[in-house]
Amino acid sequence: MASTRSQNQEPSRLVPIGLALPLVAFVLVTFVIPLGTMVVQSAYDPQVAQALPKTLDLLRDWNDSALPSSDVFETIASELISSREDRSIGKVATRVNRIKSGSRSVFAKTARRLERVEDTDLKTAMIEIDDRWEDIELWRAIRSAGQKFTARHYLRSVDLEPAQDGGIQQVSEDQRIYNTLYFRTVYVSLAVTVLCFLIGYPIAYAIASVSDSWAKILLVIVLVPFWTSLLVRTTSWLVLLQNQGVVNDVLVWIGLVSDDSRLALVHNMTGTLIAMTHVLLPFMILPLYAVMRSIPPDYMRAAASLGANPIEGFVKVYFPQSLPGVSAGCLLVFILSLGYYITPALVGGTKGQLISNMIAYHIQTSLNWGLAAAISVILLIGVFVCYFIFDRWVGIDKLKLG
Amino acid sequence: MRKNFQFRSLIGGSLLCIAANCVWAEETLTVVSFGGSYAKACVDGYHKAFTEETGIKIKLEDYNGGLAQIRAQVDAGSVHWDVVDTESSPLLTGCDEGLFEYVGDLDLPPAPDGTPASEDFFDGQIQDCGIGTLVFATVIAYNPENIDGEMPTTLQDFFDLEKFPGRRGMRRSPASNLEFALMGDGVPPDQVFELLSTEEGMQRAFRKLDSIKEHVIWWETGAQPPQMLADGEVIMTTAWNGRIFNAQVIEEQPFKIIWDGHLRDVGALTIVAGAPNLENAKKFLKFATSTRAMVGVANHISYAPLRHSGLPLVGKHAVTGEDMQPHMPTYPENSKNFLWNDVEWWSEREDELTERFNAWLSR
Repeated sequence: MASTRSQNQEPSRLVPIGLALPLVAFVLVTFVIPLGTMVVQSAYDPQVAQALPKTLDLLRDWNDSALPSSDVFETIASELISSREDRSIGKVATRVNRIKSGSRSVFAKTARRLERVEDTDLKTAMIEIDDRWEDIELWRAIRSAGQKFTARHYLRSVDLEPAQDGGIQQVSEDQRIYNTLYFRTVYVSLAVTVLCFLIGYPIAYAIASVSDSWAKILLVIVLVPFWTSLLVRTTSWLVLLQNQGVVNDVLVWIGLVSDDSRLALVHNMTGTLIAMTHVLLPFMILPLYAVMRSIPPDYMRAAASLGANPIEGFVKVYFPQSLPGVSAGCLLVFILSLGYYITPALVGGTKGQLISNMIAYHIQTSLNWGLAAAISVILLIGVFVCYFIFDRWVGIDKLKLG
Repeated sequence: MRKNFQFRSLIGGSLLCIAANCVWAEETLTVVSFGGSYAKACVDGYHKAFTEETGIKIKLEDYNGGLAQIRAQVDAGSVHWDVVDTESSPLLTGCDEGLFEYVGDLDLPPAPDGTPASEDFFDGQIQDCGIGTLVFATVIAYNPENIDGEMPTTLQDFFDLEKFPGRRGMRRSPASNLEFALMGDGVPPDQVFELLSTEEGMQRAFRKLDSIKEHVIWWETGAQPPQMLADGEVIMTTAWNGRIFNAQVIEEQPFKIIWDGHLRDVGALTIVAGAPNLENAKKFLKFATSTRAMVGVANHISYAPLRHSGLPLVGKHAVTGEDMQPHMPTYPENSKNFLWNDVEWWSEREDELTERFNAWLSR
């Protein structure tokens, strides 16, 4: 008992560390571990290798210009039957199908029928069951899917694929999608950041300059939408901007546009930019306001007394001091927009598909978590690159959030 | 000291309880469904009767379809969902990935007249990993208030910009649109998938979509089409028939459905692999796939029973008294020209076609 008490009374470094432990554990459980698993999944997939080990062993010595020998057919036949029994055959089928589209059904079908085949010549029997077994491409796909460690997902996530000669080639033109989406995502994010800055800077300046009671009111006006659900805000933009929406109705009513040439404000890039700018605006205003509040008004007066006109004073004295807030706001908005997808999906129309929508597709629908992980890793690397460029140019220590 | 011990045993006991999936969880069942008017139809249609007859309480959760949450639970080994309502395509994908229990050998109840389940069900709907429960349709719907003069009546009209100028709504996914495109181009339903399997057929479908691309607003969630029709954003849209039914009958919107060239698909019930209440889940599946339960759902929302014995038993809407028969996708009047979704076909090509479709969209 005595020892416990003395320990408690001693101020110790363990206390702050102990207090931070829940946070560390939380970050570890909710961020580091899932992220680590995703990174592993993007390059490691042992399912096919586990289901067809002997076949893959044999295929290692196969010169992939002619059909494999009868041994290979016999081996894969027995492995298919056993993987049908332990229900791993579906996993094999989906993975081979990702490499060679249109080959999923061949596995279950063959395994099902093979159980009834008594023929000794399994090669002929299998080709009779499904002539896709005659296709060398299918065998190449099986061999390729059998690699436990693979760069395939990373290649695919930048519209490349392994070529037959062992090199790397672009995927066919009508399949190229991911690079377009990265560029569009970056472009949308940049545009949203610039718009947020142009709108947010004057607002933050206004909030920082007015009296405290007015500042409180203005801040609440900024924050209330921030506290509202993202979905609600996005949907309200739809109500406002759509063809028969409030904005168009008002424009028609005051006669700015005629009834049959209503403006297309939504389901296109305009809609995406408007809605995303609105949704992300608080992330620009809040850091700006925090920094501006700390700029003493005396400096502007000093500039004026030294003969600077208001514009000169603003450009040379005020603006440079608000830069930490500008950079913090821009970094926040830019990085947040890189991962946005609900808003562009709802108001964005054909051009509203961003890279996160494909991540969502592969997580939710195709269950190709490897590819989703690879795309996410590339996106994450993009964020880090932005961060380092930012650090080089501005210095992360100058970042101020308040 | 004694107090301390009691406290510890209490905590220890609760932890054990959580680990062993305690006693009080035994007579409950977690059922996960799509929420909204459909989930309500299921609750009123047969969940209540199930609880009454078996004493098993149902904990209903909502989800938006997709397999991500199920896979996360199965991979992590902590499954807390038992029964999941799903569509035919995720059912197949999830089955391949081992996310669902094998239910192909469940002893399903016979039809009221004694016909065994194997003959009563629509072909192929007692699957390895799930049992089909209902038929739903992807249809063309329009709002007569947005169209002047003659009203559209066929799928061809949907693609006819001259006769019916204005914007259309379509789902942002290759599935259903490619089939509509070919049928709208005059291909008979029974040749659609055969033609789509060839590169020429695929290009023909994309060309047809190209012809209206500039006039399409793409939707993602089932709630959007009725909303867009009501707002006048589009003059016609593809939509799920249950959503349009809900707008017509419950919200009294003047919407009309064009049944010509509709796509039929099934909804199914499945059990998550490693479900904590497996036995109850199996009981539930047997109950929910009975003729009675299917008819119960169909009397609340316009999704048709997937058993032959169920169709004639569908009667009036349980709340409004609306005659449900004419709203069923399987009603003879609605079944003149339609196409069954080919899940196997899609499962082989969905990834490739989603990439191609998105590439096409962004051009």
